Amino acid sequence: MARIFVYIAHKNGVVDDSAMELFASARKIDSTAHPTALVTGWGASLDSVCDTLRGCCSEVWKIANEGLAYPNAELIRKALVKILPPGSIVLVPHDHFGIDLAPGLSIKLNAAFVSDILDIAESAGGTLTVVRQEFGGQVSTHVRCDVSAGGVITVRPGAFKASSSTPLAGVVVDRSSEAGRLEAGRRWLETVAAEAGEVDITKHNVLVSIGRGIQEKDNIGIAQELADVLGAAVSCSRPVVDAKWLEKSRQVGSSGKTVKPKVYLACGISGAFQHLAGIKGNPFIIAINKNPKAPIFQVADIGIVDDILEFLPEMTNKIREMQSVSAK
Amino acid sequence: MQGSPELSQALALFESARVLLIVLHLAGMGCFAYIIWRRLMPLMRAQADDRFDRPWTRLTRVAQFWFGQWRHPRYPGAGILHIVIFTGFILLAVRSFSTLLIGLSSNVLMPGFPGTAGHAYDVATDYAATVVFFCMLAAMVRRLVFQPARYAVPPRYGKAHTADAIFLLALIALLMAADSLFAAAAAQASGSHESLALFSLPWAFQLALDRVSRATAANLCFPAYVLHALAFYFLLCYRPFGIQFHVETSLFNVYFAKLDRGTVKPVRWGVEDQQLEKVKSFGVKTFEDFTWKHMLDFYSCADCGRCSDNCPGNAVGRPISPRFLSIKARDYAFQHYPMFGKAENDKPVIGSLYSEDEVWSCTTCGACEEECPLLIENIDKIVDLRRGLIDDGNVPQSLQKPLKALESRGNPYGKMEKKRGEWASAKDFQQTCRVRTLDNNGAATLYFVDSVTSYDDRMQSIARAAARILDSVGENFGILGAGEKDSGHEVRRFGEETLFMALRDHNVEAIKKSGVKRVVTADPHAFNALKHDYKDVPPVEHISQVIARDIKAGMLKFRPIDQSENTYTYHDPCYLGRHNQVYDDPRDVLDAIPGLKRVEMHRSRDRSFCCGGGGLMLFYEPKEEQRMGVKRVQMAADAGANVIVTACPFCMANIEDAIKVAGLEGKMTAIDLAELVDQQMVRPAPQPAATTLGG
Amino acid sequence: MEILVCARRVPDTSENEISLNSTGNDIQRDELVYSVNEPDNYAVEEALQIVARVGGKVTVVTVGGEDDEEILRREMAMGATHGVLISDPAFAGSDGRGIATILKGFMAKGNYDLILTGVQAEDGAAQVGGMLAAMLDYPFASLVNSIEILDGKKLKISREIEGGNREISEIDLPCVLSIQTGINEPRYVGMRGIRAVASVPIATPDAGELGIDPGSVGRVGAKVTRVDYFVPLLGKGAEMLSGSREENIDKVLELMAAKGGLK
Repeated sequence: MARIFVYIAHKNGVVDDSAMELFASARKIDSTAHPTALVTGWGASLDSVCDTLRGCCSEVWKIANEGLAYPNAELIRKALVKILPPGSIVLVPHDHFGIDLAPGLSIKLNAAFVSDILDIAESAGGTLTVVRQEFGGQVSTHVRCDVSAGGVITVRPGAFKASSSTPLAGVVVDRSSEAGRLEAGRRWLETVAAEAGEVDITKHNVLVSIGRGIQEKDNIGIAQELADVLGAAVSCSRPVVDAKWLEKSRQVGSSGKTVKPKVYLACGISGAFQHLAGIKGNPFIIAINKNPKAPIFQVADIGIVDDILEFLPEMTNKIREMQSVSAK
Repeated sequence: MQGSPELSQALALFESARVLLIVLHLAGMGCFAYIIWRRLMPLMRAQADDRFDRPWTRLTRVAQFWFGQWRHPRYPGAGILHIVIFTGFILLAVRSFSTLLIGLSSNVLMPGFPGTAGHAYDVATDYAATVVFFCMLAAMVRRLVFQPARYAVPPRYGKAHTADAIFLLALIALLMAADSLFAAAAAQASGSHESLALFSLPWAFQLALDRVSRATAANLCFPAYVLHALAFYFLLCYRPFGIQFHVETSLFNVYFAKLDRGTVKPVRWGVEDQQLEKVKSFGVKTFEDFTWKHMLDFYSCADCGRCSDNCPGNAVGRPISPRFLSIKARDYAFQHYPMFGKAENDKPVIGSLYSEDEVWSCTTCGACEEECPLLIENIDKIVDLRRGLIDDGNVPQSLQKPLKALESRGNPYGKMEKKRGEWASAKDFQQTCRVRTLDNNGAATLYFVDSVTSYDDRMQSIARAAARILDSVGENFGILGAGEKDSGHEVRRFGEETLFMALRDHNVEAIKKSGVKRVVTADPHAFNALKHDYKDVPPVEHISQVIARDIKAGMLKFRPIDQSENTYTYHDPCYLGRHNQVYDDPRDVLDAIPGLKRVEMHRSRDRSFCCGGGGLMLFYEPKEEQRMGVKRVQMAADAGANVIVTACPFCMANIEDAIKVAGLEGKMTAIDLAELVDQQMVRPAPQPAATTLGG
Repeated sequence: MEILVCARRVPDTSENEISLNSTGNDIQRDELVYSVNEPDNYAVEEALQIVARVGGKVTVVTVGGEDDEEILRREMAMGATHGVLISDPAFAGSDGRGIATILKGFMAKGNYDLILTGVQAEDGAAQVGGMLAAMLDYPFASLVNSIEILDGKKLKISREIEGGNREISEIDLPCVLSIQTGINEPRYVGMRGIRAVASVPIATPDAGELGIDPGSVGRVGAKVTRVDYFVPLLGKGAEMLSGSREENIDKVLELMAAKGGLK
């Protein structure tokens, strides 16, 4: 089988969670192979990352270039194209970076491309059969990919369980010189942090999170009342922000905030993976949704099929009753 | 009139100043004519409006609303005051002209008419002038001291109109005084012993003039006359610059007023539906896109504020105020069509004259049109403005989704067509009542359900109740099921005329194919659409009318109400009540239920307060301080009721929601009239299954 | 500025319930409502706003058949000057690379300063934009949520990245951008607007006219093929509570207290 490469994202010298998930997916493609880690960057933080990776990876290719200090996908693609051997299979996380890098990379490598995979169903010879979803997760599909001439695959974060691997003593190979001078038609200027809202949802232990099921802006009050009696904060999924019912700072998800509460109430949220990607730390998830087939019920701990517009106020009243009883 | 040397002296002065007086009159009239011509200019450039039909009906309405001041007593204080002033003006009209003539011709010598009738007229007008004079003072006191809330000008609309109002009131008072002084001076100078009307203003002046010599009195004639003439002409020429223009325009405004309730003007008068594609631009985008009648409305607004005082949107802090729809446009017309200089036109009105939020905020409830003493129309203008916004693609995102869904699925929820009739397939329901889908299978009546009642889980119970009622009175009815599309009532009123026509044409064809002879609906919006917006459909009734009639015919009987401690109140839906004037039938139905205690809210019948609006209004996110429904629910509570009965699914949605938001859950409930009737009616003994059921 | 927007006709997920058909090899399409892919619609609106500022024309192109013409008409009703339907039986079954190849063939005939696509369609692949850029050797940026014209040669763009942060970059023209939803507020297009463009001609080039080798596209040229649709056996998933609402609330509160979620 072709050589498998895993692109490792990192920040401030810390390896991203996706790395171990990608290794797990690589093992599913070829259980015998030792995937090679691909790391780009610059300076001490890059060295530190390479060092960490040596402990779980047989070979680490380090590509150090001042232009890559900020991970500009356009530049990184150019570097990888110069360095990767033909016929390679490259695994990248399916996130803002992967979406940016991977499709173009597949063209330049003349490799097959498949994105946002959830599982490898079959891997035989030069053909992979992967599992994907369509229509916002309502249906799944099997997709057959001819990777005999190589493949670029983006992997859904959280789809593969990062398994603990036996510690290795890998080597770091410096391929920086092959990258050479890197120039691209897109130049990074700066990164602007999201505006801090009045409420920092990342700091709350309990979140009352609302989705499209809240139906209209005026109904958000019932979620706020529940949050008030619980001492919690109201957060939301993307459609609520797109409709301009709540500020962006309340959004939980891959393009919003990452939260680590103890208890997460998903109210009228369908459970699209971009939203779930923002929930870390394995909280206790209670999902209330009118639609018994909502994907959220796959990931929640407790599921209730009900109308949140009725359920939440009753829940608020019940808590108030309990609190007034205990106050006596 | 008898002469006297002093009188002759006074008359001589008139003679010598004849040319001057004629010039004064000509200048005054000429000025007025010029001003009117300039005021007519925008109307010449405006869109056509078909207001020349049914002249007898129009004249009757002039008699009722203009001459009869029909709407005025709705606000008794100002109303009575205005009726008195108006009566005075009408009476004084002839006198005014005759007074003017004095200046023009040496044949007409003195004020007053000959003969007994003439004298009676003189007396009447003496009092009229007096009464008008004191009414002016009373009006000024009202403005300055009592300051009725509806006259207030919210900051965003500019500064208060009080100064201008006081100025005009004072001018009229001055006119009355000058006229009275002239009459007094002339009478005094002539030494006439035909006394002026006792205790009238002229009489008072004459009393004062008793103190001075006859010569002085005579010398006062000319200046008093000139003062009167100046005041008259100044007022005449000043009125078209402000709210007093209604004095001139009101007669025309009432004559040309809209005759047909409940419907909306076509996109272009004189352009048939099939020819509409040739029209380049829909709706009002520039000022000249308004029709001449709309512009006349703007001129005619008397700034009385009754419309905005009753506007539910205004009451909850939405940026809509019908009064200022007119006043702002009037000011716009004045500014862009000045007395001198070039008229600037073809500027977009959205963003400068009106804001988008303002235009989308109106629920078309009609409260403003119900109040206006001048019969000014607002709904058509809002619809035309919306047509312009839709044409330009300038639609809030919250409305785009339901509009798209209406286009692709025939309902604003985007739910599948085949599910439209599923409310009738609920298992428990099917056991009590079979509802069939029409297919020209002999049913006489169509029950038109419309979208909200078909698809909303809560409202479906209204459909089931209505079906059971029709069933138990033996109606041979059916539904269109998946063949029915949204009536398009709100689609039209939100300005999407093309989509409305598509929905309408689809439904009309389906109704025709079904072969029914009449249509019944429990949705006042569908009722209004089928009655007024659709053509070539069988007669349509609201279910409250059917029930009321069946009760009178003895076909429906009720058992006594269960919880007799409840107090019920009926909320008039806008499109059943105000727009279609069905007020009594629902009340008769409630009163026919034994033991049902009913109270009226302070604002009921044609003063009913809109629940928040129906159709697409449910999707729009208005900027408001409070929900209309919440205000309405509080009104019900204030009236001492704990159950609100309504006859419209949108009212039900808004009111039930408002009960929660107002924190009155458990203390207040809402029920639909059909649901209540279904609950209370005594069912006839079960009949053997009719063999004609098509299933 | 000449802007090309690549659009696609997809089942409208917000209005449809997607389920499998009886044979299980496709989704049930009979009663689906189709419309233009939402991110593509945002892209067209963005293009229209750009040409309103700096002048130019917007062309909307799609690869498909007769049925797909309706989305072109819709976008033309919105304001796009030209609509192009690239159609050829040989294109059926193309994978992402195949579509990008076809679009590249079309692009070669024109002279576009800016190419926009939606960030992804109903299949969530998010691939065509990036592929097309690489084939053309144009710079690329995905998840764009703001565009500023710097001059005739460069744009300043913002990309949506994690945490709601925005990555600001400068990008040279000509380039390819994939547009994220929420970048603007698309204007409304009603039936009237669509009827008004009902008879505007739409070019329908085929493989020959574009000089595309049929062997490189379609099922023949595809390296990636969908094998089936399925609904996965639901795993353990949530414990579904089935009592009355009151009972459910009590249970939830009990569990929340145990997890430290209740004060």
